[in-house]
Amino acid sequence: MRRLFGFLLLVALLAAGAVWMISAPDPLPAAEFAADAGGDPARGQTIFTAAGCASCHHAPESEDKLLLAGGQRFPSEFGTFTAPNISPHPQQGIGAWSLHDFANALLRGVSPEGRHYYPAFPYTSYIRMEPQDVVDLWSYIRTLPASDAASQPHGLRFPFNLRRGLGLWKQLYLEPAWVLASAEDETLRRGRYLVEALAHCGECHTPRDALGGLQRDAWLSGGPAPDGTGRIPALTPDALSWSHEDIAYYLETGFTPDYDSAGGHMVEVIDNFARLPAEDRDAVAAYVKALPAPAPD
Amino acid sequence: MKITATGLALTAGLATFATAALAQELPAPVKARQGQFNILAINLGILGDMARDKAPYDAEAAQMAADTIVAVSMINEAPLFREGTSEMDLNGTRAKAEIWDDWNGFAEKWAGLGSAAAQLQQVAAAGPEELGPALGQLGGACKACHDTFRAPE
Repeated sequence: MRRLFGFLLLVALLAAGAVWMISAPDPLPAAEFAADAGGDPARGQTIFTAAGCASCHHAPESEDKLLLAGGQRFPSEFGTFTAPNISPHPQQGIGAWSLHDFANALLRGVSPEGRHYYPAFPYTSYIRMEPQDVVDLWSYIRTLPASDAASQPHGLRFPFNLRRGLGLWKQLYLEPAWVLASAEDETLRRGRYLVEALAHCGECHTPRDALGGLQRDAWLSGGPAPDGTGRIPALTPDALSWSHEDIAYYLETGFTPDYDSAGGHMVEVIDNFARLPAEDRDAVAAYVKALPAPAPD
Repeated sequence: MKITATGLALTAGLATFATAALAQELPAPVKARQGQFNILAINLGILGDMARDKAPYDAEAAQMAADTIVAVSMINEAPLFREGTSEMDLNGTRAKAEIWDDWNGFAEKWAGLGSAAAQLQQVAAAGPEELGPALGQLGGACKACHDTFRAPE
């Protein structure tokens, strides 16, 4: 009996050790993004707009959408996430980061201290970003004004407040592959890059499972709003009958084909798309029109 | 037979109940405010289709549509947005509770619609190429308010 107990204890310890190892943060190799030769801030500004950084990181009541002081709250069934200060302030923001730190955050969801970020920060989409776009975005973000506002902690329920568990979550859900596997022409590829990487549309328009992972087999088929109020509409052809031009016009003006106007967080998204080149709105429309209908349950 | 009759009665009862729940009437102020937004949408549609070349430009029709939008923008919103008619209180509205938490902010956004509508009224009859930018301004006023005060679907 004692021998059996000892054996079980050993198995439990080994299992715990394995979980600990599997859940470890997986940062980029030190050589990647090691040298910061300086990016193109003008190009970075477009990437910043397309990626919607300001939409979540500007202060809640601020008209200045370029002061990335953080503080907006995002309620969810796991608790409330609070966007941190990502302005170039050296202590309160990310001013003391290296390019490598920045790339680790965007592409791996790992902080400079080697801790997991929660996927409320959509690195699950940004993982598909082009390396040069990361470099250019970093060079632009560093030109923005600094805010000395301290980042507020998230208010998450147990066990979701244990960050280490995100290592397991990432094993399940951090997937760099494109969802729309084939994109033949240049416009469609650009649309796929905008939708699946920069603009991270899937983070709200795709339903999540019980652990908060995106259901890739129900991609962009809509679902309950993450904050529990209302629904995020489906973009798949079974639900959305808008024409290519209707989609592009909506992204420019916020007007639906019936001249209703966007509400909620989509307003911020449209403000971003309105400032991108018309070809980008066109590319997103091409991507949306190329979506397959979701498989029946 | 008796069981079947009871079952039928029960089913019918349930169906009536379900229909009644679905057809629950929204309070008059909510219907009125939704109606005014529908009037806005219909008239924006007339102008938008002209601006996007989906309909032939007609200066007179454009002016009437713009005048109507101005008229709607002059409606006093307070009686239509009565306390207790937010999306938290009722099904069938997307009006967020923030409207009542920050009534002055909401009123300011409604006034923003008025300014954009007045601009549109000035240029509506001046040609189709004038419509696009003025509609863009107006759409901006819609979004500026919806950002904070309207819930997603």
